[in-house]
Amino acid sequence: MTHTDKLTTADEVRAGVASSAGLSSEQPVAVRARPSVAARTEASARREDSARGRVPLTRRTWFVIVGGSLLPLLLLAIWQAVTALGLVSASQLPSPASVWTAGVDLLQRGLLGQYAAISTQRVLIGFAIGALLGLILGAIVGLSRLADILIAPTLGAIRAVPSLAWIPLLILWLKIGEESKITLIAIGAFFPVYTTVSAALRHVDRQLVEAGRAFGYNGVRLFSTVQLPAVLPSVVSGLRLALAQSWLFLVAAELIASSMGLGFLLIDSQNNGRIDRIILAIILLAVLGKVTDSLVGLFERWVNKRWS
Amino acid sequence: MTSSRLTAGPQGALRAVSNSAKGPEFETTDAALTVSFAGIGRTFPGERGQGRSVLRDISLDVKAGEVLAILGTSGCGKSTLLRIAGGLDSATTGDILIDGRPVTPFDARTAVGFQEPRLLPWRSVADNVALGLVRGTPKTEGAARVANLIDLVGLGAFAGHRPRQISGGMAQRASLARALARNPGVLLLDEPFGALDALTRLKMQDLLLDVHAAAPTTVLLVTHDVDEALQLADRIILLGRKDGEEGSSIAQEIVVPGHRPRDRGSAELAELRGRLLAGLGIDRHGEARGVEKTTAMPTFPY
Ligand SMILES: Nc1ncnc2c1ncn2[C@@H]1O[C@H](COP(=O)(O)OP(=O)(O)OP(=O)(O)O)[C@@H](O)[C@H]1O
Ligand SMILES: [Mg+2]
Repeated sequence: MTHTDKLTTADEVRAGVASSAGLSSEQPVAVRARPSVAARTEASARREDSARGRVPLTRRTWFVIVGGSLLPLLLLAIWQAVTALGLVSASQLPSPASVWTAGVDLLQRGLLGQYAAISTQRVLIGFAIGALLGLILGAIVGLSRLADILIAPTLGAIRAVPSLAWIPLLILWLKIGEESKITLIAIGAFFPVYTTVSAALRHVDRQLVEAGRAFGYNGVRLFSTVQLPAVLPSVVSGLRLALAQSWLFLVAAELIASSMGLGFLLIDSQNNGRIDRIILAIILLAVLGKVTDSLVGLFERWVNKRWS
Repeated sequence: MTSSRLTAGPQGALRAVSNSAKGPEFETTDAALTVSFAGIGRTFPGERGQGRSVLRDISLDVKAGEVLAILGTSGCGKSTLLRIAGGLDSATTGDILIDGRPVTPFDARTAVGFQEPRLLPWRSVADNVALGLVRGTPKTEGAARVANLIDLVGLGAFAGHRPRQISGGMAQRASLARALARNPGVLLLDEPFGALDALTRLKMQDLLLDVHAAAPTTVLLVTHDVDEALQLADRIILLGRKDGEEGSSIAQEIVVPGHRPRDRGSAELAELRGRLLAGLGIDRHGEARGVEKTTAMPTFPY
């Protein structure tokens, strides 16, 4: 026989290494498990902390809610104090109570609900149209080099037009109906989505896309498997920006040409000298904007957790 | 020579893995395919219009079912050659055929295990491995195959984890499982064991051999590890630059004697190891004793 018989065989060596490393023979060796094990123990340690009530204050829900409402309450108190002490005249700044009364009055006449509803409806429809178009065009420009060359400069130029510049043209073309306002809001919602989607798609990890292609994915399947999930977090933050922009464009549209809505309430009250109603409209815009933004924010948190 | 295999040690942890590899999941009808490189050259565009040649005159015929190891120093063009074989990159000159037909872009007859894991961060390990399945695999069959492969690469407990929750070596094993899931005619592996510790590396090498034995496929394996090449390959090519030339070509071609699994300690392999290390520009510090320099090398497939 040859000399190799005397040599230790590879299997013996391996078995020796395995047993000396204290690994049972049945167990698949997962020597690299340590970091994740560490992560798990860390997580469970955190859970134990919370059981013992040691969650940091800034992470508790009640503290987040109370903390966020402290400043508005403080402002309200200052507002009340300033008007009660007569530091400014009621014609410059009406008291919180009179703003409340104005609100109740409008509500009873059915105007407040109608104005808030029509404004919200315009924002939602305009936002939906603009965001959808932004998604589609952003995807086309982000995925196709040719489309980027053909379309992107034009869209960039349109984007550079200040929003108010569209209003005269839209009114002449579409009259003072809903269409002109919704179109303006759609323009406002379009660009944040378009810009973030096209930029994010251009920066999707090339290696992942190549891996997708190598495993037989292309076209729509590649888009839905690799590219879309990769850009989803930025798409959602684009949507959030677009929603804020929609409220902005809503007021611009309603201030200039409308017979209903919160923007109309603003301009109408300005003409009638009703500062209480102006403040009421501003507060309503703040609340509605914040509520819709929070809803998208919740969605954003879910997306970031699920897709990253 | 084979006696060393018969006297192999007790059935250890590694054997347990090996046996399960021979399950029915790997008995597919897909045949191994030949790969032939004819005068392959690749020049990348460099600065100021000057091309930079990376590969030149690579001519090589890989037989169906052969395991070919591609060795070379870092940056010599191993990955580039592999990418050309998979249709991920195209050669500037020369032709490459798989099974007698030209390679198409992202050729479906190949599966690539990339040098980096390249896992989709939003998918679990199992879903990432499932990405490698051939399109149209029945759902239950695919799921069983994925589960089996994940067990084989030792990630059974981590199937539901996200890539960022597992280590680099685990990610690389998941990536290997994804390439194996395809059961391709030609398997292209780019340093698949590069990020593994020594023990896991040995296990994964054996796993690869078992998978290969159960479902013979042509394997092109890029590695920088001479011992790994000797252990796994039927044939080894060493890419290197000749003096005064730009671009790597085949500097050495070695047919590895014996059958797999090879004795990792054999003296014959030690001699080859020395030659390969010398080809890589490394002094092996001493001669292999008791082995004549002119070892008669049988040609594949022996
Ligand atoms: N897309 C590319 N564009 C330009 N040059 C490239 C490109 N891809 C690779 N190269 C060059 O080709 C050469 C070989 O690269 P390659 O990735 O094939 O090396 P390698 O042998 O795999 O090295 P390593 O062992 O470090 O992975 C390198 O010098 C690299 O700069
Ligand atoms: Mg490489």
